[in-house]
Amino acid sequence: MSTETNTIDIDRDIGNFYYDVAAKKDAGVGLTEKTIDYIVEAKQEPDWIREFRHNAYRVFNSKPLPTHWASRELEIIDFDKIRYYLAAGDAPKRTWEEVPEDIKRTFERLGIPESERKFLAGVEAQFDSEAVYSNIKKAVADQGVVFMTSTEALKQRPDLFRKWFGKVIPTGDNKFSALNSAVFSGGSFIYVPPGVKVKHPLQAYFRINAENFGQFERTLIIADEGSEVMYMEGCTAPKFTTATLHSAVVELVALPGAKIQYITVQNWSPNVFNLVTKRGLAHEEAEIKWIDCNIGSRLTMKYPGVVLKGRKARGEVISIALAGDGQHQDTGAKMIHAANETTSNIVSKSISIGKGRATYRGLVHVPKHLKHCKNNTECDALLINAHSRTDTYPAITVRGTGNAAQHEASVSQISAEQIFYMQQRGLTEGQAMSLAVNGFVNDLVRQFPMEYSVELKRLIDLEMEGSVG
Amino acid sequence: MFEIEFMSSIVIKDLRVAIGEKEIIRGLDLEFSKGEIHAVMGPNGSGKSTLAKVMAGHPDYQVTGGDILLDDESILEMEPDERSRKGLFMAFQYPMEIPGVSNANFLRAAIQAKLPEGEELDATDFYQRLYEKMDLLDIRREFTARSVNEGFSGGEKKRNEILQLAMLEPAFAVLDETDSGLDIDALKVVAKGVNKLRGPNIGILLITHYQRLLNYIIPDYVHVMYEGQIVRSGTKDLALELESKGYDWLKTEREESGGPLAATPAQATA
Repeated sequence: MSTETNTIDIDRDIGNFYYDVAAKKDAGVGLTEKTIDYIVEAKQEPDWIREFRHNAYRVFNSKPLPTHWASRELEIIDFDKIRYYLAAGDAPKRTWEEVPEDIKRTFERLGIPESERKFLAGVEAQFDSEAVYSNIKKAVADQGVVFMTSTEALKQRPDLFRKWFGKVIPTGDNKFSALNSAVFSGGSFIYVPPGVKVKHPLQAYFRINAENFGQFERTLIIADEGSEVMYMEGCTAPKFTTATLHSAVVELVALPGAKIQYITVQNWSPNVFNLVTKRGLAHEEAEIKWIDCNIGSRLTMKYPGVVLKGRKARGEVISIALAGDGQHQDTGAKMIHAANETTSNIVSKSISIGKGRATYRGLVHVPKHLKHCKNNTECDALLINAHSRTDTYPAITVRGTGNAAQHEASVSQISAEQIFYMQQRGLTEGQAMSLAVNGFVNDLVRQFPMEYSVELKRLIDLEMEGSVG
Repeated sequence: MFEIEFMSSIVIKDLRVAIGEKEIIRGLDLEFSKGEIHAVMGPNGSGKSTLAKVMAGHPDYQVTGGDILLDDESILEMEPDERSRKGLFMAFQYPMEIPGVSNANFLRAAIQAKLPEGEELDATDFYQRLYEKMDLLDIRREFTARSVNEGFSGGEKKRNEILQLAMLEPAFAVLDETDSGLDIDALKVVAKGVNKLRGPNIGILLITHYQRLLNYIIPDYVHVMYEGQIVRSGTKDLALELESKGYDWLKTEREESGGPLAATPAQATA
């Protein structure tokens, strides 16, 4: 028995396959003003978007890489060697039959059409830069729910789109939000009318297929007063030796009394830099909950946030990060309290295996003038051998009287004795680790919809099976 | 039906075990068969618990000589889980806690691991059997949802070991100081469980410091372990003799005989 993990060959059978697909539209390698014009023309976008993109490009160039506080690894990314736009050049299809065969088989292998039949209210499937499939069940559309790609929305529903686009996360929020704003393509747009409760989840699946590529989807979800919606996203890519970039921007707007739940199961291949900005704006008595699972990627930097703008708004981030050898999951949460009686809850669990590194970075801000705000933060880290590293950087500023913040953190290890105990009962070392890790995240996984908790358990099993030498 | 006269057994031959540079087991011989209960008694530090852990394949111990055979096959090269699936169970002196993993899920995973590939454990049968065994051990139903050994009292942990033993139905079980830390009531419950399990389909090795346990689980054979060897074997009367004499006579006897152990090259080669 060895609890030492030297070489980790992670089993990525689920996502690690590649079918050669020729892209008709290709913006080429590198990023210049011309790349942006190419994208605008390929997508036949209005002028205000062209302007928006060019401005963002300037902001992107003016901002330094945020390497001073996280990781120097970002310096590996060579922005001149990335391809920023690759697409088949067709509008997204409404039936799987219409999706080109070579692309369709990718999603079939990932089980997307099957999940759609089983339990989803709508699905969008993005392949490199554009969605190839986007469909919403008729019963849901009949309630007035809009579910389309953001490219479609900015043209078809400018009334809804323009009002909130870039408002929750301004272009200049950080270098990568600026990059996304310059070259964004794909992603979902959802609008749920007042009082409508969408029973089943809407799902997007993001697939990177090309090498040396950057995927920059842009998602905007607006839940009107008293409405409810659950959105889930999954992501995979084949494993290449060169760096792939995924840099999304996701904005959520929950109008008074609305509820949005956003679930991510990220399983990028270990060459992907996953640098995503996610934030929600919760109005009075609204609720935004991020459930964020980061299993894959080389480096993830992601801190979903909620701006609690209205009285009694509620924000929650439930986060699970698994950092295997060679991976760094730098994740966390931001809770900005901006009204009285707002509450926020952060529960973060990270698992570090081998030389994997997990970092929790949290920001909770309650200004002095507010009353009766509450925050609860819990960070638990599990280390799977002596090389692992875990860091917690909570920044909690709670001012004023009558506001309360509670912070708990723990670090634990799976000991060789625990593994031996489980092995003595007949489990292999991999099964034993897997069971222990699943036990560690169990209370969080129970909050997931069934189908996703099963999927997550399967991913953890695969990861653990692959992580024992 | 009766043509095979094969007695399933564990045979330990001239076993030598070290941890780091220190030799703990120094040429130990022991044999036990299905249908038998053997007790191994001895003072602290005689190597009893080491014997249990080595049989189960604990990675901290190096076997420097001899062999352990299960049905004529050496198990020394097998991983702990493979030994388990071959039918060897060990009840731990200090059972481990596994946070977040329920007892029911743990047992299911363990039983599933023993099934042939592609065969699925039937959930209804599983729970039926589980409740049966739990009743036998005075374990309450809500126990199934609690995390393995987490926050359990000493007695609860030991009962849980016996429950796992009952559910996994191994061919051989080594009970490492299962009586330690138990009050008399808990001891009786554990003994009742073991007595219910004993029979022609299981061979049990009881490792204990005290004779007390043997009042409740009557062994077929008793062995005395001292300084890494079995120095005397006998019937259950030997345990009673130990009870009255204590362990000091072992030391005296050893000193008088010059001690075979004094002559072992273990320390010299280490």
